[in-house]
Parts: sequence; C-alpha cells; structure tokens
Amino acid sequence: MSTEVISQIDVDRTRGDFSYPEQHTFDAGTGLTHGTVDYIADVKQEPDWIREFRHKALDVFLSKPMPTHWASKDLENIVFDNIRYYLANSQRPTRSWDEVPDDVKRTFERLGIPEQERKFLAGVEAQFDSEAVYSNMKKALGDEGVIFVGSTEGLKEHPEIFKKWFGKVIPTGDNKFSALNSAVFSGGSFIYVPPGVKVKHPLQAYFRINAENFGQFERTLIIADEGSEVMYMEGCTAPKFETATLHSAVVELVAMKGAKIQYVTVQNWSANVFNLVTKRAIAHEEAEVKWIDCNIGSRLTMKYPGVVLKGRKARGEVLSIALANNGQHQDTGAKMIHAADETTSNVISKSISIGHGRSTYRGQVHIPRHLKGCKNNTECDALLINSTSRTDTYPAITVRGSRNSVQHEASVSQVSAEQIFYMQQRGLSEAQAMSLSVNGFVNDLVREFPMEYSVELKRLIDLEMEGSVG
Amino acid sequence: MSDTFLQDAPPAPTAAPEWFVTAQRDAAKRFESLPMPSRRDESWRFSNLKALDPLDFTQARPVVQELAEQLLADSVGFEAALATLVFANDRLIAKRADEHLATQGVIWLPLEEALNTHSELVHRHFMRSESSVGTPKLLAHHQASVRAGTFLYVPQGVRLSAPLQAVHWAAGSGQAIFPHTLIVAEEGSAVTFVDWFKSSGEGRNMACGVNDLHVGPDATVHYVSVQEWNRQTAAQQSNTTAIAHGGSAINLGLHLGGVFARSESVSRLNGSGARSEMLAATVADGAQEFDQRTLQDHRSPDTWSDLLYKNALYDTAKTIVSGLIRVEPQAHHTDAYQKVRNLVLSAEAEANSLPGLEILADQVRCSHGATTGEINPEELFYMQARGISEKDAYRLITFGFLNEVLERLPDEALREKLQQTLRARLQGH
Repeated sequence: MSTEVISQIDVDRTRGDFSYPEQHTFDAGTGLTHGTVDYIADVKQEPDWIREFRHKALDVFLSKPMPTHWASKDLENIVFDNIRYYLANSQRPTRSWDEVPDDVKRTFERLGIPEQERKFLAGVEAQFDSEAVYSNMKKALGDEGVIFVGSTEGLKEHPEIFKKWFGKVIPTGDNKFSALNSAVFSGGSFIYVPPGVKVKHPLQAYFRINAENFGQFERTLIIADEGSEVMYMEGCTAPKFETATLHSAVVELVAMKGAKIQYVTVQNWSANVFNLVTKRAIAHEEAEVKWIDCNIGSRLTMKYPGVVLKGRKARGEVLSIALANNGQHQDTGAKMIHAADETTSNVISKSISIGHGRSTYRGQVHIPRHLKGCKNNTECDALLINSTSRTDTYPAITVRGSRNSVQHEASVSQVSAEQIFYMQQRGLSEAQAMSLSVNGFVNDLVREFPMEYSVELKRLIDLEMEGSVG
Repeated sequence: MSDTFLQDAPPAPTAAPEWFVTAQRDAAKRFESLPMPSRRDESWRFSNLKALDPLDFTQARPVVQELAEQLLADSVGFEAALATLVFANDRLIAKRADEHLATQGVIWLPLEEALNTHSELVHRHFMRSESSVGTPKLLAHHQASVRAGTFLYVPQGVRLSAPLQAVHWAAGSGQAIFPHTLIVAEEGSAVTFVDWFKSSGEGRNMACGVNDLHVGPDATVHYVSVQEWNRQTAAQQSNTTAIAHGGSAINLGLHLGGVFARSESVSRLNGSGARSEMLAATVADGAQEFDQRTLQDHRSPDTWSDLLYKNALYDTAKTIVSGLIRVEPQAHHTDAYQKVRNLVLSAEAEANSLPGLEILADQVRCSHGATTGEINPEELFYMQARGISEKDAYRLITFGFLNEVLERLPDEALREKLQQTLRARLQGH
C-alpha cells in the first residue's frame, strides 16, 4: 500500500472546530493560587466545607510531582501559570432551550444537541467552559426521584446524598490532576438514581471548551442506589487554538448492591487539548459497572477508567477504542481492583495508530490475598496504519493466592496490503477498503456498545477515512 | 570464619592491562556517585530493594585449601562437558579442558588470565552493551569489583559438539561475589555453555553477576544458567545477548535458589534474520522472591524472538516478570512473542506480570500473553482416579508445567541433566 496516500488520513474534527467571541461575566484570570480558589468559591457562594476542601486540594496539587517517571514527557509542556481556571457567564443553568444565550446556543446546535433531545433522550446537561448552561430532564424522571444536577447544585442542595461519596472514590491525593480538579472543579453532573429505578434512556452531557488557554475541570458523581440502572453518555469538543488547553475531570461512580451503571464517553477534543482524566467506580455486591470509552481527539489523553470491585460477585468492564493520528498520543487503559470473592472483570481495548500517532495501553489488575473465584480477562489489540505509527502496551498484573484466574493477551497487526488489494479488485476505493478494514477491526467491540453510540462511532470512522484518501 | 578463609587475600589480578584498571577505577567512582534505584523506577516496580544493598556485603575472601577441595568434589555440573572452570569466592580452583579445543583455536580461559593474554580481544567485547532493564549502579558495582569468570572465544566456523561449563561457588557469609561470563562466537560457529551457581553453607551472601553473549553472523549460542544459591543469598544477574545477522541464540535460566534473585535479560537483534529464544523456569517457595526483567530489542528487519517464562509458586513466594518487546522504526517484518505463565499453588503466593510492547515499525507480528491460575481440578481428579496420590499428582503436573520450558533446549543430554535438577528441587513438595 502506498504510504503517501494513507498518511493523508485525518480525523474529521471540523464539526467542533469553531468558536465564538468570549463575553464572560466571571473570569478568575490566569494562574492558580489560593486567591483563585477563593474567587471560585465566592462566585459559586459555596459553603465553607467545600471552600476548605478546595484549599486543601490545592496544597496537595502543589506538593505533588508530575508523574513523568513513567508518563509522557509531554506533560512538562503544560504551563499551569498560563491557564485560566474559571470562566462563566452566569451561575444558574437555564432550563429551557430558548433562554440559552444565542452564541452558546449556536455552538451547541452545531454540535447537534437539540437533535439528540428530539430523540427522546432523557436529559441533557451541556457545559460551556466552566458552568452548565443548559439542563433539562424529562419530568417523569424527576417524579421518580432521579436527581440530575450540576456539581455545585448537587453539593449545595443535596448534601445528604452526595457529600457521603464526594471525593471518596477518588480521593484528592490520588494523583496530581485529581488534586487539581478538587481545587478548581466546576460543572459536571451529579446524578442520583433511587433504589429500583431503571432509567430507560441514557442521560447525556456535552462538554465544550470555547476559550483559549482555558482549563476545564468538571466533576461528575453518579450514585446508583440498590437495584437501579442508569446509562450516562458524555461527549467533548473544543475548537483549535494556537496554545494548549487543559481538560482535567474527575468522575466517580458508585453502584450500590445489584445496581448497574454504564458510562459512555466520546472524546473528540481538538488536537491541542491535554486530556487528563481520573475515572473510577466502586461496585458493591452483585453490582455491574461498565465503562465504554472512545478517544478520538486531543493532543495527549491520559485516562485509565477503573473499577474497585468491593462486593461479592461485582463485575467491572472497560471497553475502549482509541484512535491516534498525527501529533496525538492516546495513553489509555484500565484498572481493575478486586476486593471481594467471585468478582469478575473484563477489559477489551482496541487502538488504531495513524501517521505519526501513538497509542498506549496501560493496565492494572490487582487480586489480593485470601480471595477466591476472582477472574479477569484482558485483551488489547493494536492496529498500525503507517510505518511511522507507534503503539505500546504496559499492563501490570498482580495475583495473590491460588484460587483465581487471570489472562492477558495483546496483539499488534496492520491492515495488510493484500486485504486492501483484494477489496480494490472488487471495486472499492482505497479509502473505502481502509475504512472497511478499520471498522472490521473494531467491529466486535462496537457491537457491545449501545446502538446510538455504535452508529455514531462507525460514522465517525467512515468520515475519517473518506475525507482522507484520494 | 578462620577455618573457611585464607587469612591473607592474594593480590588482585596481577598485571591487568591498563584499560581494565582504568575502567575499574571509573566504575568504582560511578558506583559511589550513582543513586540506588527506587521502586518508583519502572524497572524496579514491585521489587524488593532492601535485599540487594551492596553495603551489607564485602568483597569475598578466598576459601582455604580443604574447603576448595571439597567444593571441587561437589562440582559435578554436567559430566559430559568439554571443558570446566570452577570458582570459589571469585578465585579459580580448577580448570579442565578437552585438548582438541585449543587445536581448533577455541580460547577458553579464566577472565583474569584472558585479560593478560588476550587483552585486545577482551577489551573489544567486555561490558560494551548498555543494559536498559537494569540499574547503572549495580552494573558499575560489578565492573568495579569483577575479578573472576569465563572468557570463551569460538573462531569462525568452529562448531563444538558438547557443552562447556563454569561452576561458581559462594562460601562464608557477608561476602559478595561478581561472576562474569563473556562468550564471543564468530561467524558460523556454534557453542553451548552452562553456568552453575551454588552456595557452600547457609551464609547470607550476595552475587552480582554479568554474562554477555556476542553471537556472530549465522552463529549459534545456547546459554544455560542454573541458579541454586542457598536460601539466604541475594542475587542480581545481568545478561545481554547481541545477535548479528542470521545468528541465533537460546538463553535458558533455571531459577531455583536465593532469598531474592533478580535476573535481567536483554536480547538485541542487531542484524536481519537474527533469532532469539528467551526461556526461564522458576520454582519459588518459602519466602523466595524472583524478579525477572526482559527486553526483546528488535533493531533490524526480519528478526524473530520468542520468550517463554514459567513460574511455579508455593507458600508466600513472590515472582515478578516484567518484559518488553521493543520494535525499532526500521525493524519491519518483525515476529515477536512473549508468554508468561504463573502456576499459583498456595493461597499466599503473589505473581506479578508486566508484559509490555513498544512497536515503532509496521508489518510486524507481535503478541504477548500472561496468565495466572491454579492446577485444573479435573487434571488432579484424573490422575487420582488412576491411583496417583494427590501429592504426586501436584508434583507431576508442576514438573510438566515447567518442563515445557526445558523441552525447548535442543541439547538432549544437557536437558536431561536439567530435568534431574528440577525433579530434585520439586521433591520436597
């Protein structure tokens, strides 16, 4: 296959590549000090305990070194002093689409949110820079006791529900970026699903960075009470700016006994965004947590969704697809911490590296002493498109005790010239053939995804391949 | 102590060439100035650094004549070997060689002698390759302190029919030894070599060894190490195998002893068509810890490597296998495989696997797999149903599990010797 032709493959990121003039009522300025934290707490009129939580987190952030002894040196290119940590227009999310300011609305219309709503999705939360601008939830859900609010609102108005778990799944000091998020978090979704309630349609959130040099630090906490079920979908975009932008979220999930949570991410940040996200779930007895994670955009993504399998027979799953193009490093993976008998976990990761792109899988599986009947299965497959593409796999598996079983497999392959030739013989263009091969590579995984999502993903891959060759 | 050691250590190797003396002095400075590794270093993740503190040990003193004679009598090794060197606390105590070796141009010498007689040749190959899985401090420690080992040079086209071997003994306690093996196999040659590592008595000692294999074009080198240190000894063994085009190497480790044993093994596939097999079978029981780090470094196109590491874990033993396959940008059409299998036989044992891939080329076939599990109850039942006791069944299955590694060694007589050694080691279980 000809390298010149294939190297033109590029992700179609034009849908998100636009921005509007900024008119922010609240702006915390550049750089991060205790003053910035106070500014955010003041604007949000937060109770003292949250303010204190933020200040402590800032101290932890400042004292922690960058994890560059194992991670990409590119992290050193983040200049924390040049970042703007809080930008917002108003504090209250509007409930009706008409009340949303026009420029913000245009942004989201281009991103397709209203269409999603028309498809009877259960609720939409849209975050523009630091604050949620639009939030709506089907009335029926509210009647069932489902709470779907922003982080500030959740902590202020429902502390009895959210305070108990806030910062417990991912403590402030978990890593440097979870500490950063804890200091300056704003926006995100706090969701509570009462016992036995099965939310039929997915709840959705869209995150968008509009301002240059801006850092987005949303915070999400989802609690699914006993026997309940919920699916949450998030999408992210940002326009291309000359300078780097930082997105550092913390997402905590709590699945109580027998509950099921599915968390779906489509990350399509533009190629100058550092996307450093900490995501972890606690699964209690017989609960099930599934992370579905798709990383297509960003300059550097570091994200390893994890599940702490705390109750007997809990199950954790990570299904992940990463696509790294020129100038991109998708450093993704999964963590499965088994902490009870008969817990099972499954990790399936597929990555595609194009041009000079680099994709990395990092995984951790931990089964401590005295547990029995724990099982883990991990499969990592990497597809290399060009001779300049790169892929790495770094799993770490610790098993103590004899009554558990763990298997890990990884393979690396490429789209073979014969395959492409065969399809071209039958009248497909090279781009179509490539697209078919790549779709074939991810197909068995995509089938596991919710329907709307797999259609969207296939279309996205087709778009990339179509716009690229010929 | 006085009945184990000579009171006065004999002088260091006399008239060592100047390059060697200078290199030792520089290495001593590096050892002083470099920091000890920490568990934050990726290549020491999960490892136990306390066991390997060089300051706990002093350079080994020579053993007395009576002990040397006794050790010599115990140094059976492989009976059919063409040549044998025996060292006790880094001093040569016996040298035996088939007379045809010299007539074929094979150079078979203790390192300290080779330094004098073949200074140039040793200099060209001595500790030339950087190790990327180890730690510069311990390598510097070895280079600063090394005084004994094997130098083996096999000329072009010479194919040796039987293995050569060296036996390294550590005696006393608080002693550090620095065994070294340097093998240079010229174009089209073939050789099999075995290092035996053994302890006299139950003293707490340290071994900090290096073995470097230079496999020439179309040459074949099979290197086997049998590690049977006593249960107090901390060991660190660093291997580099450099393989030229068309060359082929097997590096097999049978790891049985030590309280903490770390082995680092790097295969560099430098020329196209180079092939490397990296094999290890480990029996870990009691509180033993085995730390194994490997790198399959593909630097040329059309190269092949295959790693198979198997661990059987009893009691509170712990193993780490951290392996990386690295395919450099120019190394297209690489085939590389890596398989780690852990058989956990107790509820208290801990197996860590870190199989890694770094692929910078395309048209590559790479895969790795790591599994950890217990003995299949159906297999046990099947054997018990045929009158085999549970204990015997466990032992048979474990032997079979590890024997898969030994089976990969083509040298039949040597393989049988290794199987005997493994059987004896499993006898207590």
